[in-house]
Order: sequence, then structure tokens, then C-alpha cells
Amino acid sequence: MTEREAATAMARRKLGPSLRGWFQDWLPRLVLAPSFLLVLVFVYGFNLWTLFLSFTSSKAFPTTNLIGFTNYLRLWNWTFETDPPSNWYTALVNMGLFGGLYIFFCLFLGLLLAILLDQKIRGEGILRPIYLYPLALSFIVTGTAWKLFLDPRIGLENALHDWGWTSFHFDWVVDPKMMIYCVAIAGIWQSSGFVMAMFLAGLRGVDGEILKAAQIDGASTYQTYRRIVIPIIRPVFFSALIVLAHMAIKSYDLVLSVTGKNPGGAAELPSTFMYSYTFTRNQMAIGSASAVIMLMTIAAIMVPYIYSETREQNR
Amino acid sequence: MSAADLVTSAPPRRRPGHSPTTRIVIYGLLFLFALVYLVPLVVMVMTSLKPLDEVTGGNMFALPRHLTFAPWSMAWGEARIGVSDTRGISGYFFNSVKMVVPAVLISTLLGALNGYVLTKWSFPGHKLVFGMMLFACFIPFQSVIIPMAVILGMLGRIGVNLADLTGWSFGLGNATVNLVIVHVIYGLGFTTLFFRNYYAAFPSELIKAAMIDGASFFQIFRRILLPNSTPIIIVTVIYQFTNIWNDFLFGSTFAAGDTAPMTVALNNLVNTSTGVVEYNVNMAAAIIAAAPTLLVYVIAGRYFVRGLMAGAVKG
Repeated sequence: MTEREAATAMARRKLGPSLRGWFQDWLPRLVLAPSFLLVLVFVYGFNLWTLFLSFTSSKAFPTTNLIGFTNYLRLWNWTFETDPPSNWYTALVNMGLFGGLYIFFCLFLGLLLAILLDQKIRGEGILRPIYLYPLALSFIVTGTAWKLFLDPRIGLENALHDWGWTSFHFDWVVDPKMMIYCVAIAGIWQSSGFVMAMFLAGLRGVDGEILKAAQIDGASTYQTYRRIVIPIIRPVFFSALIVLAHMAIKSYDLVLSVTGKNPGGAAELPSTFMYSYTFTRNQMAIGSASAVIMLMTIAAIMVPYIYSETREQNR
Repeated sequence: MSAADLVTSAPPRRRPGHSPTTRIVIYGLLFLFALVYLVPLVVMVMTSLKPLDEVTGGNMFALPRHLTFAPWSMAWGEARIGVSDTRGISGYFFNSVKMVVPAVLISTLLGALNGYVLTKWSFPGHKLVFGMMLFACFIPFQSVIIPMAVILGMLGRIGVNLADLTGWSFGLGNATVNLVIVHVIYGLGFTTLFFRNYYAAFPSELIKAAMIDGASFFQIFRRILLPNSTPIIIVTVIYQFTNIWNDFLFGSTFAAGDTAPMTVALNNLVNTSTGVVEYNVNMAAAIIAAAPTLLVYVIAGRYFVRGLMAGAVKG
């Protein structure tokens, strides 16, 4: 073996283990990399892309023609256009109505059912799944069911007329002014059971010793819940609020299915506004701007939440 | 013990006995709510078993007088979906199956690998990576659909070129493949979250011992972690299955006509503007659309709740 050959062999031997070592060190990161890259491009990159589009004059197709804040300015002006109301104004008002009712009643019913179920109930194993099953249904199925139920010709109104209560009147689902309440009813029916499960988990996690102490001190059940249990499970309220707010802002299919494709835009929400401006009205830039506003709204809720979650895990 | 375990396994807490009146009120309320949650499903089922004249002319709470399964076979095989298709929802049902199976399997596997790396092979910055993937769970899909549509359109054109060149498009441009890609990407955040939280509690000593014995990165994953992951795999699969099966926004945006998934077909069937509304057929179709997720809920309800809880609060 010549000197040179020996040197290369040695170099190869040196390179071999170190390359393998490098690979071993980096293998976990390489495994994670594709997922992270996908999220980076398809979530963060795409959000930036949408942000960019919202500053362009895109119509049916994306363009790179920048026009500054014009699209946001139009949305801002539409926000106050009440006579006749612009679609964006309707979307915002409906968002407030739907979101407010949906979140409030889901929390209220969820907590109420959880507390009721927490009273040494016989048959809890039967009741709990009944409250929860709507969650397994898609919003399209939920909407289809409630559309039938609320339809005055064949639904609840007709049934009560049939039973003799002829003055009963309930035609919200065909009344443009009331449609959004029907969307809220269907949404509350679909999601309140889930909130119940979250609260029940919270209640079951409360230390029994504290309750025993309260009982010895002579506190009534109501006082115990009001002063002790509910304050302890406050984090559950926060989690539920996050989930519900997120669902309310995103929900799109529920509106379509309950109202039958949102006739006249009466049940418009930012989500339906975004879709119709982007894909049917050929106003992609406006659609993008509204999507950015939706994203900002969710980020305003989510970022502090995720921040506190990851900090908690630090401890 | 996680919060969800508490819901499903903790026995009801001992509580001071209520007066008989209070107990009647509690049971009365619980029963009333159970009725409210059940009624829409019962009405759906009954409506689907009635001939149309009984639906439009009768009381929706009345039992079917002429029990018929015709609406079910209509919905499955003959109903008009959209403008031209009169082959019922069966094809769309299988579109959904073809989409949901690979999407669930791929996103679950990737989530498991990601969770393994993030907990057992942590590297500088893993918290930021995880935080970014976690935020990806909560973005409104409206803020990514325009770029996604552009990219999928480009992939479609590449697919056509590939097909011209090689005779095979490699699945590019196929609507089902597109939806699988989309659902895998936007499910990664959740599946990673589930597995990360689960593996965080997995004893690291076992892994260190295996490393000393010379087990490789993938051997440890396959021989030690995976066999111990059954509960979290079930939760993730159920969660992903429900989410993807019930999705409407992506389905309606990225898959048109014959290639649409079940939710889109159901919406087209129910919200068709032509002809007589066949409520009984619509309800049969809605039940068929809901059947897979309801079945999962009935069979694995406790895991279903756990999965949704883990998605909402920390598992």
C-alpha cells in the first residue's frame, strides 16, 4: 500500500463514522423537517400570500398589481354602510349576533348540564352520549336536520298547528331578518354537548376535600358552586371560549345548510362573504382582505392562548 | 390522569343528598334536555321512512303510517345531485371514503413521528417549531384557500403534462388526491399535538436504555413507542376521520362535480332549487352522510370525546 492510498483509506475511515454520526444526530430533525416545511409553506407562506393578494387589484385571477390599502378602505367604508346595508355590514352584525349567542348559550347550557350531571345522577352513562352525539355530525347534516325542523310548512310550526295550537308562529328560517338566529340555534345544538363534556371534566377534576370542607362549613350546593367550584374551573371557561370563538369565526357550511345557500345574503357571515367575493363575484382581492381580517381576529384570540400554554409547559 | 380520562372513567362524586323536590327538578331538566338533543335525529329518521305526501301533509312527530324504505334507495342510487347527475349519493360516499382513508393514515403516521421527535429527540428551537405547528391548527381555512387553489391548479397542469409525456399523471390534478394532500397538511398540527402530549408522559428512561443497547431512531419508534401508542392512535384516527369526513369548505372548493365528497353532494341534493323538495330523500341522504361518524361515535364514543377534548384543551 502506498503512502497516498493509506492516507485516503484513513481519511475515508475518518469520514465514514463522522458522516454516520452527523446523520444520526440530524435524523430526528430530518424526520420532522417535511412536516414543518409543509406547515411553513402551506400555512405561513399561504397566509402571507393571501395578505399580499389583499393589497392587489386581483379580480377572478390573482395579479401582482399593488394598490395599497384600497381593499381594506372599501371594507372599512362598507362597515358603516347601513342604508341599504352592505354585505360586509351584514356579515359583521351577524357575526356579532351569531358569535355572541352561540358562545353564550354553549357556555351556559354546557355548564348547566355539567353541573346537573354532577349530582350523583343515575343513568349518566345514557344521558351523556345523548347530549354529545350532535358533535359527530357535520354542520351540513346538522343544518339539513334543522332546516326541516324549523320549516314552518312541515316542521315545528305545522306540528303544533296540527295539535291545535293554531296561533303558534315560528317562521324564522324563511324570514331574512331572523335567519341568523336559526343558524345560531343549530350551532348551539351541535356544540353545547362538547362544552358540557369539557366542564364535566373540569368539575370531576376539582379536589373532593375542598368540597367536603365547604360542606362542613355549612355552604349550600349553590354557594359551593358559585364561590368555590366555578372559580376553580375558570381555565375551562377560557379553553371553551377559545374553541367556540374559533368555530364561530370559521363556520361556513352551517349557514349554507340551515338557510339553503344563504338567500339574499341575509345570513351573511365573514366566512360566506369571503367565499362569495372570491369565488363567485370575482373580487379576489376583497375576499383576501376579508380573509386577512378573519385571520387577525382569530390570531388576536389564539396567540395569547398558545403563548400561555407553552409557558405553562415550561414550568 | 388527563381531563378526558376523568370524564370517561371517574365515578360521580359523592355529594350531600338533595331533597326529593330538587332531585325531581334535576332529573326533569336532564330528561327535557335529552329530548331536545334527540328530537332532530328522531324526526330525521321518521321523515326518511315516510312517503312524501305524508311528510308534506302530516305531522313531523307522527310515526310513519306507510313505512317505506324507498327514500333510502332513492337517496343512495337515484337522487339528483346538482344539475345532471341522477345516480344518487353512493358515488360521492365512496369519494369520501377514498379521500378519508389515506388522509387519516398519512397524517396520523406523520403526527406520531413528529410527536416522537419533539419529545424524545428535542433540539434547540423545538418549542418554536411546535408553537408554529400548534397555531396552524387554528388558522381560518379561508385565509389559505386562494393560494391553495392556485397551487392545486398548477399541480393539475403539471399532471396533464406528465400524462402527455409518460402516460401517467402520478395522481396530480386528481381531486381526491388534492383533498388528501390538503387534509394531511392541515391535519398535521392536530396530530402532532396529540402525539406530542401523549409521548411527553412516556418514560424517557426506556428510550435511553434502548439507545444504550444500540437501537436506532426508527427501531425505538417501531419497537417501543408504537406498541404503546394504541390509545392515542385511536383518538387521533377518530378525530381526523370525523374532521375530514365532515369537512365542507375544502371539498366544495377543490373538488367539483363527480369528484366531490359526501358533504358537498348532500348540500347539492338538499339545496337544489329545481322541482319538488323531497324531504324524505334529503333526510335519508343526511343520515347516510352522518352514518360513518355516528357509527364511530357509538362504537368508540369515549375515545371520540377524548380526542375532541385533546384538540381543545391539553390532553
